[in-house]
Amino acid sequence: MTEMDETLQARLAPAAPDAEEAAALTRLQAVLARRAVDEDLLDVAYRDLDTPLGRLLLAATPAGLVRVAFPVEDADAVLDSLADQVSPRVLRAPGRLDEVARELDEYFAGRRHAFDVPVDLQLARGFRRAVLEKLVDVPYARTVSYAELAARTGSPRAVRAVGTACALNPVPLVVPCHRVVRSDGTPGSYRGGPDAKRRLLALEAAA
Amino acid sequence: MSLPPFEHVVADHAAVVLRVCRALLPLPDAEDAAAETFLAALRAYPRLRPDSDVRAWLVTIAHRKAIDVHRVRARSAVPLAELPERPTAPVDPLPDSTLWDAVRDLPEKQRGAVAYHYVADLPYAEVGALMGTSEAAARRNAADGVRALRRRYPGTTTQEES
Repeated sequence: MTEMDETLQARLAPAAPDAEEAAALTRLQAVLARRAVDEDLLDVAYRDLDTPLGRLLLAATPAGLVRVAFPVEDADAVLDSLADQVSPRVLRAPGRLDEVARELDEYFAGRRHAFDVPVDLQLARGFRRAVLEKLVDVPYARTVSYAELAARTGSPRAVRAVGTACALNPVPLVVPCHRVVRSDGTPGSYRGGPDAKRRLLALEAAA
Repeated sequence: MSLPPFEHVVADHAAVVLRVCRALLPLPDAEDAAAETFLAALRAYPRLRPDSDVRAWLVTIAHRKAIDVHRVRARSAVPLAELPERPTAPVDPLPDSTLWDAVRDLPEKQRGAVAYHYVADLPYAEVGALMGTSEAAARRNAADGVRALRRRYPGTTTQEES
């Protein structure tokens, strides 16, 4: 290929978009996200949310909030697993998560004590799901022990399984697994890290 | 092996799809066609084989969407002329608009061959399959197209002389 052909080819297929093309790509993504919602093709919408615990990843199906991921989780791995377990039709589409983001902002500001957004618990099945459904009833600023939650789920001996259900809670914060503590009162482990759990308990105790 | 999130497909290939659409269609038809391409791709995505060539798949869809737009325009040329201006925001002129204008002015076979080979980087065999020609004809069309562009596109002439 001649030098001139290379120049022409570089113009037809530049390595990186220029400013104008970048703007067109942003428009394209916005149109795609909107039309995907309109045409019922967006199985998983996601967005970021900056919070005092760092940048959270929020994901929702048409049924409701399906995943809240902490900064300690690898966002790409979380999205890969959503594509695998829910649907590969995954798009960044902030609109569908505006209400969730607003309620979480209010929660971190201490102004919201309960969440009203619909939750999709499809990533937790069987006993794990039963535990999370009981967990929703634990009110703001109150805690429950793993043993007590096991008893409430009707399986008082399944304390370890309750711990696993909390550790794998796909929608932490909104389903408040941070309110489940050890029988001796110490916080115990948390998907977002033990420090995040302490901070959430302190936030709720202060309100 | 499972399919990656569709967002990755958009991030990796949106620029190529948009360029192919611009090579084939005037603005803002090109942006509409690019959006239609990704929407159609999103619809079919869960059935895509994970080892597929995603770029070739998207370019094939864009090729069909561009034909649809040409067909609609041909069919409704008169009524369209009477319609009021589109209510969309004005689109800034392309810095490289003379290049895309020049590509769009090429005869259909050359335009397609240039778009699919030089813009989308598909091998000539796939370009031929897409356009219903042989691999050799695709190669010839792309070469003729590039030769014509070299003559018509001022930027390239400057490069050539420098």
